[in-house]
Amino acid sequence: MIRHLLSAADLDAETATLILDTAAEMAALAGREVKKLPTLRGRTVVNLFYEDSTRTRISFEAAAKRLSADVINFSAKGSSVSKGESLKDTALTLQAMGADAVVIRHPASGAPHRLSSWVDGSVVNAGDGTHEHPTQALLDAYTMRARLGRLDGLNVAIVGDVLHSRVARSNVLLLSTLGANVTLVGPPTLIPVDIAAALSKTTRVSYDLDSVLPDADVVMMLRVQTERMQDSYFPSAREYARRYGLDVPRMRKLPEHAIVMHPGPMNRGMEIAPEVADSPRSTIVEQVANGVSARMAVLYLLLGGKA
Amino acid sequence: MTSYLIRGARILGGEPADLLIRDGRIAEPGGAADETIDGTGLVALPGLVDLHTHLREPGREDAETVETGSRAAALGGYTAVCAMANTSPVADTAGVVEQVWRLGREAGLVDVQPIGAVTVGLAGERLAELGAMATSAATVRIFSDDGQCVADPRLMRRALEYVKAFDGVIAQHAEEPRLTEGAQMHEGEVSTRLGLTGWPAVAEEAIIARDVLLAEHVGSRLHVCHVSTAGSVEVLRHAKARGVRVTAEVTPHHLLLTDELAASYDPVYKVNPPLRTAADVQALREALVEGVIDIVATDHAPHAVEDKECEWAYARPGMLGLETALPIVLSVLGERWELIADRMSRTPARIAGLDGHGGSLAVGDPANVTLVDPAARRQVDAAELASRSRNTPYAGMTLPGRIVATFLRGEATVLDGKAVK
Amino acid sequence: MAYSQAAHPPSTALPDVPASEKVILSAADIQRVVDRIAHQILEKTSGATGTVLLGIPTRGVPLARRLAARIHAFEGIDVPVGALDITLYRDDLRLQATRAIGKTELPGGGIDGRRVILVDDVLYSGRTVRAALDALNDVGRPSSVQLAVLVDRGHRQLPIRADYVGKNIPTALAEKVRVRLAECDGGTDEVKLLGRTA
Ligand SMILES: [Zn+2]
Repeated sequence: MIRHLLSAADLDAETATLILDTAAEMAALAGREVKKLPTLRGRTVVNLFYEDSTRTRISFEAAAKRLSADVINFSAKGSSVSKGESLKDTALTLQAMGADAVVIRHPASGAPHRLSSWVDGSVVNAGDGTHEHPTQALLDAYTMRARLGRLDGLNVAIVGDVLHSRVARSNVLLLSTLGANVTLVGPPTLIPVDIAAALSKTTRVSYDLDSVLPDADVVMMLRVQTERMQDSYFPSAREYARRYGLDVPRMRKLPEHAIVMHPGPMNRGMEIAPEVADSPRSTIVEQVANGVSARMAVLYLLLGGKA
Repeated sequence: MTSYLIRGARILGGEPADLLIRDGRIAEPGGAADETIDGTGLVALPGLVDLHTHLREPGREDAETVETGSRAAALGGYTAVCAMANTSPVADTAGVVEQVWRLGREAGLVDVQPIGAVTVGLAGERLAELGAMATSAATVRIFSDDGQCVADPRLMRRALEYVKAFDGVIAQHAEEPRLTEGAQMHEGEVSTRLGLTGWPAVAEEAIIARDVLLAEHVGSRLHVCHVSTAGSVEVLRHAKARGVRVTAEVTPHHLLLTDELAASYDPVYKVNPPLRTAADVQALREALVEGVIDIVATDHAPHAVEDKECEWAYARPGMLGLETALPIVLSVLGERWELIADRMSRTPARIAGLDGHGGSLAVGDPANVTLVDPAARRQVDAAELASRSRNTPYAGMTLPGRIVATFLRGEATVLDGKAVK
Repeated sequence: MAYSQAAHPPSTALPDVPASEKVILSAADIQRVVDRIAHQILEKTSGATGTVLLGIPTRGVPLARRLAARIHAFEGIDVPVGALDITLYRDDLRLQATRAIGKTELPGGGIDGRRVILVDDVLYSGRTVRAALDALNDVGRPSSVQLAVLVDRGHRQLPIRADYVGKNIPTALAEKVRVRLAECDGGTDEVKLLGRTA
């Protein structure tokens, strides 16, 4: 029984599949009129957000509330967190409040690991620094499976700033566990040379997006921050878009069935052209809805049994 | 002054013999002594000398003071430590180095030899008054901006040249700052997996390469702090073969621990330079035996609890080292006592110019002596350490070797494994 | 991941002592019992008109399918069959490791205005049925709800009774009723009473 979800590496194939299956059931329930389940009545879920991320927070909040958990939002703004209280002191406060689960978003990699050593409840990593974002990977895998019917053997290209992307790390780990073939694409400055050794031996790396597209079942475009230009990771937004942006001509190179994903928020015109983002191949809107189902499944998995 | 007769100890690991300590010196055995110590099974070494200690006073007395650090040193078998300059205020004037030196004398547990800053405020912009520190009561000979690299090549060149006037040495913290902006741990597989910004080996190697060339060019002495990579070893090997006057140190933690430990995100493993790979550890061990790396220095870096019980990225780098150094070196090198004495006492004393330390326990030498029980094994308990801080990465490990006694110029600072004062 | 599939409440795990085993229903018995319930349903529901069978996973689902097949065999009537998972409605989730949730599949046409017959293998405390009623409430509004079980072992904790019972089996609390059905357990059908030897 896993107690925390800190990394996508915490999930073996069996557990990951179980979460996706559970998420599918949750999605079916969400489609019905009655959207609230009594399952986690009396349990307290704390959303501890040290970074502004309204979408992720709302997604977790909706997931917890649909399972009837009590939700406490503890955001960094306007609380003792911003007054310089240490993570450890905050953890002790949450502990005293009897939090059954803490969903944490934090700018420092590993903060959820640290938190998990200070609280008894389950810790869910909702994005830590440039490390991981495991529930994003779950909702992405869910979306791929829902659209394409399987994950095993799927060719997934993840394109962009892999170096700084927690979404990429979690996706590589989870997708590899579930049998997909992941190719990371981007400029060499943004793809760590040892990424395959670090995450999954089956991961491939390419610096040429055009050569990857014809075989891709899924293209996942990562957000590229323009600040990276100042650090000389690439020369200009224009050159980046030209080499690694997904525009309409590139989209035409994809097989008929292939889908285009983006974890959001998008830089339209940078990594993804507006026509692509709005095309029927794009799963960007579904990803948001699937996020709630995937997070319901995770909360159920962690809190639905004996503590 | 109490005299001590140590019976049957193995001096530098040799055959059992008696060692008489009288009037602050090693005396001809024979005759009575005030105290007799059974030395059976013990090894006598020259008192250890640490070239790289952070005592935190003045400025962070909550983490360590000259006195608590000196006690930790004595318990670790040290009779002399060189106190790094990155205090607050920085030890960049004769006033501050004399203050540290005086505090060390008052504590009286080890000789505290202050290191002076190379640049004013460690800012890397202009030279501190190196000459004034050299001629102060503290007679500073080692200068270092440790914690910061003297990154500006022209400034480094000037510093190397300038200290020749008083036989000084520049101890460089080799870290090209532009390559380590935001760095959190060794750049490699583990950092990629953990999403922590990497500290590439080349950032150290590039500075060492530059500095050995500068030292060669101006004919000066260079000392390289805490060498941590296999590549640095190669650069040093090359420089030494060319006859460059360069010496280098390695820390106990770089001889034992690897970057895999960061996977816990526990900042007790955060240190600068960072823990490296197993291949680096192996290369450093070999270099130490071979002499490409000259000495072991602790980089003892105490930190208050709040600076370590936090997120990895927000934690300060550094580990305690004084009380565990000899056991770790013993576990790494085995009972090669001559080698240990050379790397932990004789050579560091020579680099620092500390007369009276690093001798060979010959009759007439100042009695700076450490008695070790190599057969004892001890589990490290952070709560039992004499340091004011608790940031030891070795907590829970069982290490060989126990410091039974330490003598500073004939005066016992540690007896029966306990600090005398 | 330890996932428990155990369908029943306060199931105190049997201690590791030699246990007695008694077959209560053989495969042939089970067939007869299913036939009888099918007949009773036809009788009590005037030919199963407006009726839906909803099996409670795991073993309620194949039982519901068998009942539908027998009803078809006897009268040529097709009764819609579905599955109603109740895991998320249980009141005893905290008593054991997280349970995998089962599938809920409503027959085409749904359940609104229809007579729903819930089908389960064993009726015990009644808590499963209570959860099923809650779950039912969330998926539609049947005109009436009935309950069919293969075995009623007593020890009710809630005011719930079955409309169709295959066999009443008096049991002690420490005993355990184990149902095996070919569709989910392989082998042959069987209901056993497991208990401790004196
Ligand atoms: Zn340093």
